[in-house]
Amino acid sequence: MEFKTFVFYFLAVIMVLAALRVITARNPVHAALFLVLTFFNAGGLWLLLHAEFLAVTLVMVYVGAVMVLFLFVVMMLDINLDRLREGFWSYLPVGALVGILMLVEMVMVLGGSYFGLEAMPAPAPVAADYSNTRELGRVLYTDYVYAFELASLVLLVAMVSAVALTLRKRKGLKSIPPSEQVAVRREGRVELVKMQSEKDD
Amino acid sequence: MEAMLQPVADFFGPSWTAIWTLIKIVAIIAPLMICVAYLTLAERKVIGYMQVRIGPNRVGPKGLLQPIADGMKLLFKEIIVPSGANKGLFILGPILAIAPSLAAWAVVPFDDGLVLADVNAGLLFLLAITSMEVYGVIVAGWASNSKYPFLGSMRAAAQMVSYEVSMGFALICVLLISASLNLTDIVMSQNEGRFADMGLGVLSWNWIPLFPMFVVYVISGIAETNRAPFDVVEGEAEVVAGHMVEYSGMTFALFFLAEYANMILVSILTSILFLGGWLSPVGFLPDGFHWLAVKTAFILLLFLWARATFPRFRYDHIMRLGWKVFIPVTLVWLFVVTVWMMSPLSIWS
Repeated sequence: MEFKTFVFYFLAVIMVLAALRVITARNPVHAALFLVLTFFNAGGLWLLLHAEFLAVTLVMVYVGAVMVLFLFVVMMLDINLDRLREGFWSYLPVGALVGILMLVEMVMVLGGSYFGLEAMPAPAPVAADYSNTRELGRVLYTDYVYAFELASLVLLVAMVSAVALTLRKRKGLKSIPPSEQVAVRREGRVELVKMQSEKDD
Repeated sequence: MEAMLQPVADFFGPSWTAIWTLIKIVAIIAPLMICVAYLTLAERKVIGYMQVRIGPNRVGPKGLLQPIADGMKLLFKEIIVPSGANKGLFILGPILAIAPSLAAWAVVPFDDGLVLADVNAGLLFLLAITSMEVYGVIVAGWASNSKYPFLGSMRAAAQMVSYEVSMGFALICVLLISASLNLTDIVMSQNEGRFADMGLGVLSWNWIPLFPMFVVYVISGIAETNRAPFDVVEGEAEVVAGHMVEYSGMTFALFFLAEYANMILVSILTSILFLGGWLSPVGFLPDGFHWLAVKTAFILLLFLWARATFPRFRYDHIMRLGWKVFIPVTLVWLFVVTVWMMSPLSIWS
């Protein structure tokens, strides 16, 4: 077996097992950490395909930021497992239906003529100095620049609206905004008073 | 060197690549661990002198064996696992803390060509690996099943995620003007320009055109490594020792090693990205690893100096500095640099 094939199966097996544990782990924090492991191995698989930019972005964005905040929330929740299990059997038919539909769709797409070995031959080997990052950046900022800018605008709107939704001014608060605290100068707080000293008799 | 090793390589056959890489890894990690040990001594001595004290001077001549004694003590102490702790994750926490801080050294170049993995996307790799450092703290804080560690890890999560953003923007400025993600190329690109041709390399390094980014990177680096004055994660007066409260012996030592290895990593990266790495500041002196060592030691001194000088930040001030000061500054300077590069005044053509 070629070394690359070995690495692929090594990463893939860990990834599938970790993904399974995400849905079977009883403790939500364990599940979130297994999801981190899944993302990490997916990043490794992308590295094998010379897609180092996508791999690193996956690790940086999902592992480094999204999952940290996810863990942040999950750790603070008081989750009662018994209440979560309630109604498992009544929800099962709907859940199973959705699952089977997704499975059928995936089989139709992946098993069809689009993803066969003829349609998707192995990518041609690339030179050592080939930079996937450079290629991606070139395409993103030339051919697809309008779509890219549009996507960033949509994200900006989402960001501003998230801030606007949570921003509220409470009245009667005694805390001083940090910017005012930092801007304090000696003149504003200390007053030098010149006065005649008292005569001591 | 290659010819000398050829018989050994023939003896091991195809497994030689793996063995040779392992030897190289040891050659990086072992000196690093010694540097970490003596950085702790340097820290205590430097802060001691700054506070007109002597610092440790009992173990060995001038206290030089102090880190060895500390290490032995930690090695032989009992590892106590709290009864309500999540045992697996409790042990995993320190491992998750130290693994990224060692893995990041794979792409750090020490001299021209002297690097373990000379990959195209070295800077990206560093960003990804350093973004995982926060997991050790979070997992340790949660698994301890205790209030102070949990509060400490919550603080760490918010702080490290916030300062990563401004650090990332500072790195984007560097890779814009050097047009490469390879750390060796980034250093070599600082060896070009009018001043470098005149033999004054120190004036053509990135720290002059990117001075605001240099300052932001160093300060964010201090915040990322949870060092004073940004050490609210383990702030003694508030959360006792944060995520490390329940740890003892070697598990505690791993957090300690990770923190100091990260300090050295941030310093060496600052030297590589902004201070010309192993390049000599003046034309008539040869380039070499010693320059990188001197620059790294200087940045490390800044870390210790800051710790001895500033009182601890209040938590909301840390968040304000990260989000309301650093991110706008880096965004504006990113814009300035891009306009500068496109204008006829560009010095990077």
